[in-house]
Amino acid sequence: MSTTYVIDTPEQGHIEYTDKKRYLWMSSLVMPLFPMLGIALYFAYDSQWMLGIPLFFNYVIVPALDYVFGSDQNNPPEEIVPQLEQDRYYRLLTWFTVPMHFIVLIAIAWFVGTESLTVWSVLALAITAGSYSGLGINTAHELGHKKPAFERFLAKIVLAVPTYGHFCIEHNRGHHRDVATPDDPASSRMGESIYKFIGREIPGAFRRGWAVEKERLARLGKSEWSLENDILQSYAISAVLQGGLIIAFGWIMIPFLAIHNFWAWYQLTSANYIEHYGLLREKEPSGRYERCQPHHSWNANYIFSNILLFHLERHSDHHANPTRRYQSLRNFDGIPELPNGYYGMYLLAYVPWLWYKVMDPRVLALPHINGDLNKVNIDPDRRDEIYAKYGQGQRVTLAT
Amino acid sequence: MGKYRCPGCDYTYDEQQGDTHEGYPPGTSFDSLPEEFTCPDCAVRYKEDFEPVAD
Repeated sequence: MSTTYVIDTPEQGHIEYTDKKRYLWMSSLVMPLFPMLGIALYFAYDSQWMLGIPLFFNYVIVPALDYVFGSDQNNPPEEIVPQLEQDRYYRLLTWFTVPMHFIVLIAIAWFVGTESLTVWSVLALAITAGSYSGLGINTAHELGHKKPAFERFLAKIVLAVPTYGHFCIEHNRGHHRDVATPDDPASSRMGESIYKFIGREIPGAFRRGWAVEKERLARLGKSEWSLENDILQSYAISAVLQGGLIIAFGWIMIPFLAIHNFWAWYQLTSANYIEHYGLLREKEPSGRYERCQPHHSWNANYIFSNILLFHLERHSDHHANPTRRYQSLRNFDGIPELPNGYYGMYLLAYVPWLWYKVMDPRVLALPHINGDLNKVNIDPDRRDEIYAKYGQGQRVTLAT
Repeated sequence: MGKYRCPGCDYTYDEQQGDTHEGYPPGTSFDSLPEEFTCPDCAVRYKEDFEPVAD
């Protein structure tokens, strides 16, 4: 199978591009083995300690491999992007990932429901399953942004696993419109810890997603409770899936699924927290915010975690071109760059004082901000404190 | 009846067809779309960013 794309253009001449990551993207099909690995080792060694291995992989090995393998030098030339977009191989991988999310949750639920386990083991398994379902939200993110109705349908299906059916509507129509503004519950502010952010992000995202869908249905002359409500359709699949697991495996499924769901949502919260921290679009005289620019997203060009996340970490290009497929997303010089991949940055975010120490100076050092706090999205509750610390005599202005 | 294209992602609003999924029936003029209309596919571009398409 040829993997070299060629184009002859009048301006640039002959352009060739070989996607060296082409077959690495198949790892999305291997990923389900990791949440299952702990269970396999449990049977092999008869030790519940083995159930912690997938979490160790997630939070220790992945950040370490980002450090070891470093940044990704592959960058498709813009002229080649249309050919990459057309190559159906890439989209098939995202499609096949969808059933994996159902299989893994059902398999882990079966294990929890049928083995005699300690509370700690159940907790580790619920978090492991939730982490993988968090990746399901990432799969839905990739699919839900695409134009073909079939891919949007698959996004709705896979979102049923973590019971987050409102995500695609909220994200595509809300977050992408309001990103890096004080109006966006899914963009974090300087001085806002992830634990404060989650209280704004989860309910705010739900309300915005529901409002967008309700408006659409109102234009169609339908009630928000109509069966055409895309959010309710996804929730209905969740009810069948998770209700079925409770019936099949008993009461233990209630705490297991509650923790699983929460942890999957928390993966998204973590991504949202680090993707736009402190970044702010300026308001134009018309009252609109300036269009989202590459400097309104934090990027991580680490090859390892980008393979796990369908290039989510090439985030600036994603916001510039939200419908562009993962294989075509590009890295650019001079855009906000995180010091590790997303998984490593999640860990940092969970320790707020350390997060501020690493990230606040990075926000202020960005060329378009250059120490000007008026160009930073700041938590209003901590505005005075942050001006006192970093302001060097700047006047406190109120958020617009 | 004209067509208007999102300069970011090439979504095209065709007045003749409207956008029934979004709740704009066939024949809905581009002008009558709400002022806060954003591109249904990418949501990056506002109504005023859309460009008329020459047939």
